[in-house]
Amino acid sequence: MSFITELVILVLAAWVGIEVVSKVPQMLHTPLMSGTNAIHGVVLVGAILVLGAAAGGTVEIICGVVAVAFGAANVVGGFVVTDRMLQMFKRRPEPKDGGAE
Amino acid sequence: MSRADLIQIAYLVAAVCFILGLKWLSSPRSARRGNQVAAVGMAIAIVATLIDSRVVDYAWIVIAAVVGGSIGAVIARRVQMTAMPQLVALLNGLGGGAAALIAISEYHAHGALGETSLGAVAAVSVMFSAVVGSVSFAGSLIAFGKLQEILPGRPITWPAQKVINAIIGIVILALAVWASVAVNDPVLWVAVGLALVLGAAAVLPIGGADMPVVIAFLNACTGLAAAATGFALGNVLLIIAGVLVGASGTMLTQLMSKAMNRSLTSVLFGAFGGGATGAASGGSGGEALPVLEISPADLAAQLVYARRVVIVPGYGLAVAQAQHPVRELADLLGERGVDVTFAIHPVAGRMPGHMNVLLAEADVPYDKLLEMEEANPDFPQTDVVLVIGANDVVNPAARDDPDSPLFGMPILEVDHAEHVVVFKRSMASGFAGVENMLFHDPKTRMLFGDARKSLTQLVQDVQAV
Repeated sequence: MSFITELVILVLAAWVGIEVVSKVPQMLHTPLMSGTNAIHGVVLVGAILVLGAAAGGTVEIICGVVAVAFGAANVVGGFVVTDRMLQMFKRRPEPKDGGAE
Repeated sequence: MSRADLIQIAYLVAAVCFILGLKWLSSPRSARRGNQVAAVGMAIAIVATLIDSRVVDYAWIVIAAVVGGSIGAVIARRVQMTAMPQLVALLNGLGGGAAALIAISEYHAHGALGETSLGAVAAVSVMFSAVVGSVSFAGSLIAFGKLQEILPGRPITWPAQKVINAIIGIVILALAVWASVAVNDPVLWVAVGLALVLGAAAVLPIGGADMPVVIAFLNACTGLAAAATGFALGNVLLIIAGVLVGASGTMLTQLMSKAMNRSLTSVLFGAFGGGATGAASGGSGGEALPVLEISPADLAAQLVYARRVVIVPGYGLAVAQAQHPVRELADLLGERGVDVTFAIHPVAGRMPGHMNVLLAEADVPYDKLLEMEEANPDFPQTDVVLVIGANDVVNPAARDDPDSPLFGMPILEVDHAEHVVVFKRSMASGFAGVENMLFHDPKTRMLFGDARKSLTQLVQDVQAV
């Protein structure tokens, strides 16, 4: 894929990111942070590519193993803790007047 | 369709899941589903990567992923909600470290192929990812140490800090250029080592109170390092996901800086933001300005006959572990027909939105939690405001006194309410060490003591009325 195509994707993704994230209410900013934290754990994908193609190089194996372990901890930890937080956000049992946005 | 095409389509699906997940975070009703969709997207991306024809050796991948994943799951299940900022800092550091390691490995692979210099795109992406990832790794671990109180929360300073950091930064840049034009592993390793030093040196001087800004900033750094890794590996999903995180981290950094009335540069280069946990004593001591006290029994009577009560929680509430008694109080008053809501300042807590999570954990329904902009117009129609463990965020000087260091910071305008009751341990000043005239306002009453004990007493007194 050409550099220009990648650059286009970068700019459009940044645009979508700003649009979507700016709609998240302050109430949910901690889950937003831990959730995006989990999403940057996508480096796990890069780590798998590096380690899987390592073919025996010592530097690749050491870097790859640590990177995969870090990435996996980042992904699993991030999504699990975000889920734990979000399940605590509950409405009142008898909703009064739908005041939340 | 070839296997490579299939993988690209899986990546597209994953990217859509990530965006949808963030979009559903816009409402607490759909937020949990959003997080789950993002997790499914991640699973799709990982499976697609595993069938990539370049991936030939699975043994190490499985071992490392199982070990890392289990550790992540155990920590995430056990962590206390008050410790959420530490956990986010830690996970953030791991992501940054992974990005840096991928860059180091990718650089080594270029050398192993016999390349003597890197092309422009490879050079910039590999160096950015290695350096920013390392800064984020070291900085996040220091932030973790400070928040976990392994390291002192106060700013740690040494002479010529900024000059030294600037020199390290320039040396890193020079090494990165050198390593790009003449491929040589040890040069990159030295650059990465210095980047680790720089990350640590940048966060050590930052005080506990400024941590929300720092965590948000490091979050953005890790996201951008991941995106750079995407350029280095030619992987579109890494670019998209990394940039999404970069956008979110940047927005939160700006928002927190604004809410704290501090520019990002003054946080990163200012060494300010003193006390670590709640009990910062401002030093200036109490001038003999009058304060009026109220007893829990009198306050109970006042609350029961009020129509509208607003509770303003600060981090002091969480330090005193008073979330549950405060929810009990709100429930009791609600049963008696009092309209009780919580007004939450953006910097209440140790990270953006932290107080909302702590109150949600104590079973406060989220439709009772108001943001600053929603809460402020209603204070003039409020009978009683209870300020619990908050100080600077309700200081009218931020609005009225151009000479105050807080001036310009958005506040909860509780002084517009009819009565204000401040729960406070003592007359110490807030993080900024600024006198709060609200405490001396004739409409304000003070309830001194531990917030948890005061609230428990107040609950009993309300039941007795």
